[in-house]
Amino acid sequence: MLNIVVCIKQVPMVTELPWDEKTGTLRRDLAAGMMNPACKRAVEAALQIKEKQDASITVITMGPPAAEEVLREALAMGADRGILICDRMLKGSDTYATSFVLAEAIKKESTDCDLILCGAYTSDSETAQVGPQLAEELSVPAAAYVENLDISGRMLRVRRLVDHFRETLEMECPALVTISMERYEPRYASFAGLNKSFMERDIAVLDAEVLGLTAASLEARGSRTKVRRVFIRKAQKGNVMITGAAANAVGEFLDKYQRRISAVIGKSIEAKNQT
Amino acid sequence: MKKKQKSIWVFGDYRNYYQNRVTLQLISKAVDLARVIAAEVCAVVVGHDIEEWIMEYTAHGADRILAIDHPSLTSYSTEHYLALMERLAGERDPDIILIGATDFGREFAPRLAKRLKTGLSADCVGLDITSEGLLKQIAPSFGGNMLAEIVTEKHRPQMATVRPGTFREIPHNYERTAIVERLPLPVNLPASRVRVVEYERAAQKGHTIENATVIVCGGRGMGNKKNFKKLDELARLLGGDVGATRPVVYAGWAEHDALVGQAGKHIKPKILFSFGISGAIQHTAGLGEADFIVAINKNPQATMMKMADVAIAADASDLLNNLIKELKKRIRD
Repeated sequence: MLNIVVCIKQVPMVTELPWDEKTGTLRRDLAAGMMNPACKRAVEAALQIKEKQDASITVITMGPPAAEEVLREALAMGADRGILICDRMLKGSDTYATSFVLAEAIKKESTDCDLILCGAYTSDSETAQVGPQLAEELSVPAAAYVENLDISGRMLRVRRLVDHFRETLEMECPALVTISMERYEPRYASFAGLNKSFMERDIAVLDAEVLGLTAASLEARGSRTKVRRVFIRKAQKGNVMITGAAANAVGEFLDKYQRRISAVIGKSIEAKNQT
Repeated sequence: MKKKQKSIWVFGDYRNYYQNRVTLQLISKAVDLARVIAAEVCAVVVGHDIEEWIMEYTAHGADRILAIDHPSLTSYSTEHYLALMERLAGERDPDIILIGATDFGREFAPRLAKRLKTGLSADCVGLDITSEGLLKQIAPSFGGNMLAEIVTEKHRPQMATVRPGTFREIPHNYERTAIVERLPLPVNLPASRVRVVEYERAAQKGHTIENATVIVCGGRGMGNKKNFKKLDELARLLGGDVGATRPVVYAGWAEHDALVGQAGKHIKPKILFSFGISGAIQHTAGLGEADFIVAINKNPQATMMKMADVAIAADASDLLNNLIKELKKRIRD
């Protein structure tokens, strides 16, 4: 049987979270969470493998208690087991620390894991770093931004388009792949499936102690970067404001900037009565 | 005791040299940073038949080139390049390593940072340095119109990736010279666990959005896919290309190829039209060098409107229809 681990993340549903000017922090409490879209495609990729061969799918996430929701959604889609890594000590982890902790959980919970899938990037931070760093932690071969994967025996074949090059790569399992947004349109979790996963399924919760993590090990192998401050980008221009009915606004805009636009597009848009 | 020469490294990512000047842009930024801490700028070039890149990186400002030229490095291999960079950095202990945030760089840099046991920030839009040599990495922060100042306090090297188009290259000067160190391929280089079965340059459009002079970008404020598609018509009239924000790409209104921003393309048009875009940092991070920005949004307070040269407060779709109608009347070749 093929053991597949899919690492997923809960992200805010909106891209712009309200910002508390007083405390200088994000009002994360106001954001409803959802499964990161690329992570969902990684779950779908795992499910498609399972449709073809005997496989077991474990979904893992690290986050606050509420992140359990995305695990339940993955279970409702068809995953077999959900693991939540949750501990206050892990709050604010950068990608270096996150990949370390995920690797510890995978080593503990899925020692015979054959394939690790991640979303290529998340919609909230978009660093795309956790997957590749997790591959380093697990010392497995890896490919990022994968559009399509086939597995035959122990051999994994992936296709991807990177920097205008189309590549087909092969590597032996265990291996790690991050899934892009190009294919693996995720299936819907049925209402009945969701209901069952929320009512009946167990989620294993691992804290730092269970994972054998201490303040010292997290200091040694934890976050390398520190956010010194977060600030709002200063708006740079903000010159001319045009208001009013659309037809009038268009006229005002074109009359004012017709020379500039004409020069750039190489055609005249200057009003006939003005030439 | 003689102090160690400080060094800022730039990884030579030359695969799409003529479309993608990110390595030259990073060398230019490295030259700025090096001045503050009296460091040298070192470009690392690994591959086969790399004389052209050695010459170009020298002409654009590198003080030293570390070159490994070998037929086995003919095609890009993440694992080989990792092993080589890990070894070189381990031996020479650079203060900073800058890597272009190409698809390759975005996979390569995090793994290299892990091997060097150091921090990495992604897609920096600004880099600054203290006189003590602490690299201030300004990167988009989750959640909207915010930037974070990130530092790697205790570990070296300090590493950052930067998107193409973020910084400006120094004009070339072929009179410049650099110390070129040609190094042999290490004999005990581990074999790559990833086998390249096929590797070919994908067919490219005649022009890419990165190089378009007019770009018409649309966001969720366009309302629906049908309205969004009308941006094509405006782009056609103006001889430009269409760009899109992430929510729009996720909604299937536009192809991923059109994505502008942190996870997509960095653009530098002469004129940018921005229809129904609020201006989240993940998008605006891609607009670094737009000359003239025209934003259309119902909400005059939207960030995109504040970033614009001309802000038109109107329904984006309604204004688009009127603009197309009026331009059709006016355009003469």
